Amino acid sequence: MGLMFKDETYRGDFTFYNSPEAIRHFPFPFHEDKYMYAVNIEPHAPGPKGSAYEFPIDVDEHYVADMKDRAIVLAEDPLRCQSLPHMITAEWDLVELLMTSMSEAYPEHFTLTRNGDAWHWINRPLGIDDEFTFGDTSTLRYPPMEYITRQCQGDFCLLDQRDGDLWMDSGMVTSQADWSLDFDIGMSFKEWHAPVPLAHEVGIFDRALKFLLAMQIGRPVRRLNWTMTINPRLDTSPENYHKWGTDRTTVTPENVGDKVHLRVELQALWRLPRSNAIVFSIRGYLIKMREVATIPKWSRRLHRVLKTLPPELAAYKGLTRYQQMTIDWLAKHDDGAPTTPGVWPE
Amino acid sequence: MSAPAEIRVRVTEAEAVTPAIKRLKLVPVTSNALPDFSGGAHTVVHYTDGPRHVRNPYSLMGSPFDSSAYQISVLRVPDSRGGSALIHDSVNEGTEITITSPINLFPIDRRARRHILIAGGIGITPFMAMTAQLDREGADFQLHYAMRCRDTGAYWKVLQGLYGHRVHTYFDDSNQTLPLTRLLDGQPLGTHLYVCGPAGMIDWVLKTARHAGWPDENVHYERFAAPPPGNTFAVELAKSKRTIEVGPRESVLEAIEAAGIEPQFLCRGGACGQCETAVVCADGTLQHNDHYLSDDEKASGKKMMICVSRFEGARLVLDL
Ligand code: HEM
Ligand code: FES
Repeated sequence: MGLMFKDETYRGDFTFYNSPEAIRHFPFPFHEDKYMYAVNIEPHAPGPKGSAYEFPIDVDEHYVADMKDRAIVLAEDPLRCQSLPHMITAEWDLVELLMTSMSEAYPEHFTLTRNGDAWHWINRPLGIDDEFTFGDTSTLRYPPMEYITRQCQGDFCLLDQRDGDLWMDSGMVTSQADWSLDFDIGMSFKEWHAPVPLAHEVGIFDRALKFLLAMQIGRPVRRLNWTMTINPRLDTSPENYHKWGTDRTTVTPENVGDKVHLRVELQALWRLPRSNAIVFSIRGYLIKMREVATIPKWSRRLHRVLKTLPPELAAYKGLTRYQQMTIDWLAKHDDGAPTTPGVWPE
Repeated sequence: MSAPAEIRVRVTEAEAVTPAIKRLKLVPVTSNALPDFSGGAHTVVHYTDGPRHVRNPYSLMGSPFDSSAYQISVLRVPDSRGGSALIHDSVNEGTEITITSPINLFPIDRRARRHILIAGGIGITPFMAMTAQLDREGADFQLHYAMRCRDTGAYWKVLQGLYGHRVHTYFDDSNQTLPLTRLLDGQPLGTHLYVCGPAGMIDWVLKTARHAGWPDENVHYERFAAPPPGNTFAVELAKSKRTIEVGPRESVLEAIEAAGIEPQFLCRGGACGQCETAVVCADGTLQHNDHYLSDDEKASGKKMMICVSRFEGARLVLDL
């Protein structure tokens, strides 16, 4: 069965919402009633049918709207997509990974035909039908990473591996939670993670880096990260802080259910075969508090997580201003009953 | 975080390239393609024949653009722990063996304007794949390959045929020496150096390059230590509450695996860091044989790379 792609917006009138299927599809991140940073890395193995983990690259009802929003961001700010010249092999590796994953998972929407280096790619939802030569950039209308990530939900970073470190040498980043590719480009793993509180001290980044350096082909891994966003905005970048920063002052006890969104990033990592680079995908999912409340276990748990969140984390994630209002709103959806372990609805 | 994925392969060619080097071509048993890889990657071969057993790393030397088969070269190491001899004696056309999915600890630095590859003897194997990749990507590279003599040197004719004047050979028995100092002198900015070969050669190249002012980031090497033999010793495993014996010709890692425990590993040669194990107590001397831990870490006695390092003394307890 094909997906029904919604016509909706992430700016202006903010018509984005989740269908009941999309709510159940949402990768709820809290497996217990509290939250702290951890090296939460697990194999990126196929998950339950209908979940965000069913396929390696998830395409959902927001696909067309996400891609439209990306095109708007790029038109205003081309520096959201950057790639250093030595990353060209990794860019092509990414084209291969995304085209094969998308066409295998969603054959009704995407078709890839390969005949040696002569490739034919059909993307029906976006009305694209292109023949090109794999490895020859002049046969595509954009450089390879830009070409394919204009057609794939989520942000992407390509990390070069050298000298026992990872380097952010390439990326398509249009829907980030307040960090900047233009600032981070060329940085090493610990340099770009420098602003994160508490995690360095307990060795989380040492262990995570050691693990990533040893990542193998065909063994992708994933982790979840989360924050909150006011209004369903994909582009909460430092570059556009002047447009969204003030949104935080517009939250009132009456509008929490519609304005406050939990924003979860499903981050998956693959070792790329010919470049030996790593791709880090950051697929963001938004859900309104009102939508969270349709799953009783989730609203109970989110309430408790927000109540006990370490203040350093709340400050880093930028929640401080509306955290209490959100807790109060969620309190009405928490009867104090115990929650079952794990993330799935009861 | 576990041991690497394993792939079952069948040997479809087994060729004695020289009296001591056997080339194996490996095709997958159940699928029709192997994972793609990048030049410099290795795989760990796992093969058991009765009481004899081998689990050794070998560089992939075929073209990274051919995923229908892998190729490796096995040098028969005299006085070895028997692993390479076992492959020479009993792995032939038709034999099925297990390999791990490839991992690259010796990757090409793609920022380089020029790549200078220096090989000694069997150290040529990772460069076979690297040259194929560099050539296809149109990179500026040159290969300098030192061997004992024309008969025992492997693949040099093939390489000359493929890459012509970009391949330079040096034969000991003709008193030809690799002109390292001259080679390192006057290279354009952005040149990267790669070396793989006997330990003495790697040391010589690293030292000479440093002396000539080359930054460490521009010098790459691959050095797998074979687990050296030694005396028998016992290891207590604190978490699994067992004591196992490590024989003179096996590594701690191998002894633990034989006891049914599967610690992490990637290179089995003291290079990758994956098998790092915390030492709970060591009443005696840790014999560090790896190239991973820093001198300070080695001196601290708190960590051990169990794929190559040994112990001599009264009692060793590991956090396993
Ligand atoms: C190599 C792939 C990765 C990339 C490209 C990446 C990138 C980033 C970036 C850009 C940030 C924002 C930092 C800022 O405030 O400017 C961040 C935050 C963070 N990263 Fe990573 N990261 C990677 C892998 C990991 C891994 C494996 C972990 C596992 C522990 C991790 C843990 C974190 C944490 C805990 C934060 C703070 C997030 C929050 O509270 O919102 N990262 N990462
Ligand atoms: S397995 Fe690589 S250092 Fe031991």
